[in-house]
Amino acid sequence: MTTMTIAKAINEGLRATLSNHPKSLLMGEDIGPLGGVYRVTDGLIAEFGADRVVDTPLAESGIVGTAIGLALRGYLPVCEIQFDGFVFPGFNQITTQLAKMHSRSNGNLTVPVVIRIPYGGGIGSIEHHSESPEALFAHTAGLRIITPSNPHDAYWMIQQAVDCQDPVIVFEPKRRYWLKGEVDTEAAGLAEDPFKAHVVREGTDATVVVYGPLVPVALAAANAAAEDGRSVEVIDLRSISPIDFDTIEASVKKTGRLIVAHEAPTFGGIGGEIAARISERAFHSLEAPVIRVGGFHMPYPVAKVEEDYLPDIDRILEALDRTFAY
Amino acid sequence: MGATHLPSTEFDGTGLDDQLEAEAEAALGEPAAEMVQLLGPDGTLGTDSVFSEYADRLDAEKLRGFYADMAAIRRFDQEATALQRQGQLALWVPLTGQEAAQIGSGRASQPQDYIFPTYREHGVALTRNVDLAELLRQFRGISNGGWNPKDTNFHLYTLVLAAQTPHAVGYAMGIQRDQRLAEANGLAESGTAEPKAAVMVYFGDGASSEGDVHESMVFASSYNAPVVFFCQNNHWAISVPTAVQTRIPLSNRAKGYGFPGIRVDGNDVIAVHAVTEWALEHARQGNGPVLIEAFTYRVGAHTTADDPTKYRESSEEALWRAKDPLDRLEKYLRSEGMADDAFFEQVAADGNELAAYIRKSTYESDTPDIRTAFANTYVEAHPLVAEELAWFEEYSAGFAGEDAAEGAGN
Repeated sequence: MTTMTIAKAINEGLRATLSNHPKSLLMGEDIGPLGGVYRVTDGLIAEFGADRVVDTPLAESGIVGTAIGLALRGYLPVCEIQFDGFVFPGFNQITTQLAKMHSRSNGNLTVPVVIRIPYGGGIGSIEHHSESPEALFAHTAGLRIITPSNPHDAYWMIQQAVDCQDPVIVFEPKRRYWLKGEVDTEAAGLAEDPFKAHVVREGTDATVVVYGPLVPVALAAANAAAEDGRSVEVIDLRSISPIDFDTIEASVKKTGRLIVAHEAPTFGGIGGEIAARISERAFHSLEAPVIRVGGFHMPYPVAKVEEDYLPDIDRILEALDRTFAY
Repeated sequence: MGATHLPSTEFDGTGLDDQLEAEAEAALGEPAAEMVQLLGPDGTLGTDSVFSEYADRLDAEKLRGFYADMAAIRRFDQEATALQRQGQLALWVPLTGQEAAQIGSGRASQPQDYIFPTYREHGVALTRNVDLAELLRQFRGISNGGWNPKDTNFHLYTLVLAAQTPHAVGYAMGIQRDQRLAEANGLAESGTAEPKAAVMVYFGDGASSEGDVHESMVFASSYNAPVVFFCQNNHWAISVPTAVQTRIPLSNRAKGYGFPGIRVDGNDVIAVHAVTEWALEHARQGNGPVLIEAFTYRVGAHTTADDPTKYRESSEEALWRAKDPLDRLEKYLRSEGMADDAFFEQVAADGNELAAYIRKSTYESDTPDIRTAFANTYVEAHPLVAEELAWFEEYSAGFAGEDAAEGAGN
């Protein structure tokens, strides 16, 4: 066990990938000598050279598009998109090309490209630097989407994404990059399956499903609720596509109440999908409607008011009050 | 190569005159920029200081082969158009007029090269030994591909314009890494290295406006990738003329990226072959990318759903028919005594045989099963796909015994 931050864990995960897979390579803007704007690739170019850690021209479609070509040639590219709000110039390549290549080739071609995207708000930044666009990608068949919430998961999930033969987007919770935790670099343990949700706090009265940056928030809310005598179960979703509905269903059948929270706007979001599926699977177990907690239907607001936008402990507690009111 | 012509970037009176002149020239079917041409419309072979050497490599058998290929793909094009009119295909994308651009460039490629087409490159597909019946599956709604690109190094058609251009550059970056790895391992010295390869990517004058072309050229230039950008300027992006896409000859754009750009007569199969062979050798040898603009013309409609009479004069089509790529090669072959009536009769007979095969294959093609789509959405097992497939099977089973035409398929 080693204590490290999420950023360092991803760095170590990428180092392990570059060591284990001779055909893997990293590509992105400023990922070379600078080590990325968040220093996630720090030191890797010195160790593996400019053919394996590629500083690219400033062009997201070009990054994803050339990564697809490299994958067709047998390489394992890991692309870094500098910020969530800057993925959209590459959106066409991701959704019309990367996601569909295996299907449209009748299974003849595989494009095991990994795309890393730092996402989410709470860092007081300027516009386009705080967004959570995961639902836009989750709606696209052919992609897999995972998001770690802690250093151990981060270390293993980035490697599992590279090992996966499907294209995988890894959304990295940027405001938690400096969150420290224990990492077992020898064994994945519970993190063996990146597409499985984890119950990170057991409870009996209500279930709160979260992922990425909101996992610590939900845990804190659960602790606060415990002071009021409420036993809240918290699930770290980990995978946004596919979603591990079995784990959520089992929890809801126990607690009877479900809250889904994410930073992304609730309208058309992952929370809505979970609410619909769980209504179908566990209708008779539900004591209350599934409640979504999330961003408002507006462009991500300016930093001075983002605290009013982002789900926090109080917003989750308020949702718990509502579910218990039924 | 035409380096002296630097077009005005200002919209002053002179620039406008230049533009009007260029448009007039385009309307006449005459190029506004220096262009490599070896075989003229009258069937006489000229010379070029650089490319004649490449043309000299072609013997009579190869030239007859070019003619046979161009005739075959034109006959195929006619047959596919007919099949669409009969309702056998949902849509067809005709290539007539562009045979020389496609056969000349495709025949210049080598088996180890990898080709990324757009969706009109039926002639290139022929040169890569793609089964032309497979090609029609996409237009019949049976498959989104139909052939395995690994068999022929001819990628699937890409319908999102220019999206394949960065794929080509990435593939070329992979070739670079493979070659460096081989060199590091001493394979070159031991003679066990793979032959040097390059990538060629096709797009058109319309797609040249897409940002992906720009990004691809930036990446290709920055990394000196072994890629040939082959732009077929067929003068019309559906209904919009080239003048709306560019104020300068497209080949000139290469200068801005720092690699060679060559405009070639796209209806001259000998010149296209020569220029492409030069460009692919240039790329394979590690000298970086090349842009080729094949100056040609889409004689027919954009697709079978298009109506060119709405946006262009038939006199323009007539001008270009006079530059027909097959006619000029036939004139040359006959005048040089390289081919006689018997040869051309045989080519026509072979074309009819190909058409019969295409017709038969299309009529007999299988009906796809949506289970294939379930199976191919992901490589690895996926719980949502499994769940939805299980539902579909159960739902479909409810129709068991009913006429398939009235069942779950509808």
